[in-house]
Amino acid sequence: MSAAYAHYVAHETDSDWEGVRLHVVTGKGGTGKTTVAGALALALATGGRRVLLIEVEGRQGIAQLFDVPPLDYNDRRIASAPDGGEVFGNALDSEEALLEFLDMFYNLRRAGSALKKMGAIDFATTIAPGVRDVLLTGKTKEAVRRKSGGDYVYDAVVMDAPPTGRITRFLNVNNEIADLAKTGPIRSQADAVMAVIASPQTAVHVVTLLEEMPVQETGDAIAELTAEGLPVGAIIVNQVRIPLLSGVDQQRALTHTLDLVQLAIDLESVGITANDSTLAALISESADHAERVALEDRERLTIAALSRPTYELPFRPDGIDPGSLYDLAEALRDQGVA
Amino acid sequence: MSNAHAVVPKSSVFDVDAMLADTTVRIIVCCGAGGVGKTTTAAALALRAAEQGRKVVVLTIDPARRLAQSLGLGHLDNDPRPVLGIEGGGSLDAMMLDMKRTFDEFVESAADPERAATILANPFYQSLSSSFAGTQEYMAMEKLGQLRNSAVVENRWDLIVVDTPPSRSALDFLDAPRRLGSFLDGRFIRLLAAPAKAGGRAYMRVLSAGFGVFTSVLSKILGGQVLTDVQQFVASIDTLFGGFRERADETYAMLKADDTAFVVITAPERDALREASYFVERLDGDDMPLAGLVLNRVASTTASGLDAATATSAAARLSDLAAETSAAVLRIHAQLVATQDRQRRLAERFTSAHRHVPIAVVPTMPADVTDLADLRTIGQALADG
Repeated sequence: MSAAYAHYVAHETDSDWEGVRLHVVTGKGGTGKTTVAGALALALATGGRRVLLIEVEGRQGIAQLFDVPPLDYNDRRIASAPDGGEVFGNALDSEEALLEFLDMFYNLRRAGSALKKMGAIDFATTIAPGVRDVLLTGKTKEAVRRKSGGDYVYDAVVMDAPPTGRITRFLNVNNEIADLAKTGPIRSQADAVMAVIASPQTAVHVVTLLEEMPVQETGDAIAELTAEGLPVGAIIVNQVRIPLLSGVDQQRALTHTLDLVQLAIDLESVGITANDSTLAALISESADHAERVALEDRERLTIAALSRPTYELPFRPDGIDPGSLYDLAEALRDQGVA
Repeated sequence: MSNAHAVVPKSSVFDVDAMLADTTVRIIVCCGAGGVGKTTTAAALALRAAEQGRKVVVLTIDPARRLAQSLGLGHLDNDPRPVLGIEGGGSLDAMMLDMKRTFDEFVESAADPERAATILANPFYQSLSSSFAGTQEYMAMEKLGQLRNSAVVENRWDLIVVDTPPSRSALDFLDAPRRLGSFLDGRFIRLLAAPAKAGGRAYMRVLSAGFGVFTSVLSKILGGQVLTDVQQFVASIDTLFGGFRERADETYAMLKADDTAFVVITAPERDALREASYFVERLDGDDMPLAGLVLNRVASTTASGLDAATATSAAARLSDLAAETSAAVLRIHAQLVATQDRQRRLAERFTSAHRHVPIAVVPTMPADVTDLADLRTIGQALADG
């Protein structure tokens, strides 16, 4: 048994999110929300579980991330997780969801198709954007509750959700359709959605970078979600620079007092002859690194003040490919996410 | 050419100062996907232009708090106010877009007080003006139109720099206003409004069966009240504006004029570069004047003689010799070179498809913008591009 495997076993009953079946992943644009959602799905699927990864904004981000053909409205297997787990993907589409809905309640599928051709569905979801969100969250809720032979089809569902600026409105469907039909199927659908989303079965995780704007939006989103009684999960800090300088050197780098002469001697000792401009460049790169680390430390304090479970994922200078997703998933597991 | 430009060796250099000095350029539109530093770039361009003597106004959308403070914008403010501390002969005014207030003012300026009050109280108007996907873009265009008007009529400014709303797709800025325009001017909304004008539901019967099914489904799903609100809204705006679409078309045409320059902002990341590609192609297709591309947050090293592999193995040997400080310095360098190499591969994919696009490369800034001096530094980096 490898050390890594032993680790998974150790965490088998030790997840921070026991009982959570719907993981909603939000974050400011550019923070790597989709990447984190993908890594989280892999982490949750590890050890023989089935996890569904859903996207709702029609950007085919999941397909690009896992390097598979474009997804559609049907669940499709997109990756295997360590130790027999499976991840499925689905790109939800509000038109398809509306047609399904019309069919279920009014037996209107054919009329629905005609309406779709006329552009009427687009129109309806435009004048009442809340309807679109009820349909998307409704379909997600259905996947969370889907059973086959008495067992849940998916052990967990992960949603790559809209960004922080829109997440509360998106999830708070009850509020959104408050001015619409007071009774009828849309109303019951919204109630059923809220029964899942506003319950301990759901956790809304916020992805951030250690930068001013994303951290600010993380705080705003958590405050809004909390005010609406929606269950806030973890803060997942993405692209964290690993401090490469020791405490003393970090301070010296910040104050531009690293020893240039010693650096030259050390480099010489391993056969690198560096001229003055190269030495100066190396010192200045270390100063930039130290400044960045100091900035990240300041933002980390702001995050700590939000008092949520926090996980960190390392910055990867080589970028993200499907392979590195597994490393991020392992990092999440190591920190107790699953 | 700065060293950072080595990241995109096949491209030509975007001469930012030449664009800022060109007095025939009166509008600079900063576009790009969310999270690439669009607002900061717009502010830095505006400041640099002002300090080179132009009378500039910058329209920002949703700036970071500290950036807003560095421009003296303490709170959301829908009117331009002077930025203090400008050096040189020019001037800089700055404002933040308040979407809802812009829409309200637009209604108030076009309708008599009584009718304006009716519109402002309409629930459909309220949701449209605060949450419709595209309203922010429409209002950014509307505000740009207003600023341009004051620039021309009152001779208040000779350059307007606009930031664009943080949307998933950069194309939204161009498309959303027309989408809102055609939606409000569209077939369905007119049909919906028709009963209100024709005095009752009898009118509906003569419409096609398809439309009958449509309204019946709509009422079932949305409830009758929403339709009534929409009908009232359309009836009250119909006579006022001569068509939203027309207005959207006018602003669109303004962007095609010779005095406009588009600056596409991106970062050396896969998604951001893909968005930039779409946008550049779209500008080409629509004959819109692209001045250049700003490639933000580029990792660059000036110790280019030392490659990542050499630095990494030397760092390991220095660790063995307990020279930890120098080992760390080399690891930092190796990480930087690795990032630079990845970014270069991504950027080259863009440049081989768009050779004609001049590029300004802006190195990663280690810290956030907190004052005008930081913005000046970015402006200088843009000019060095």
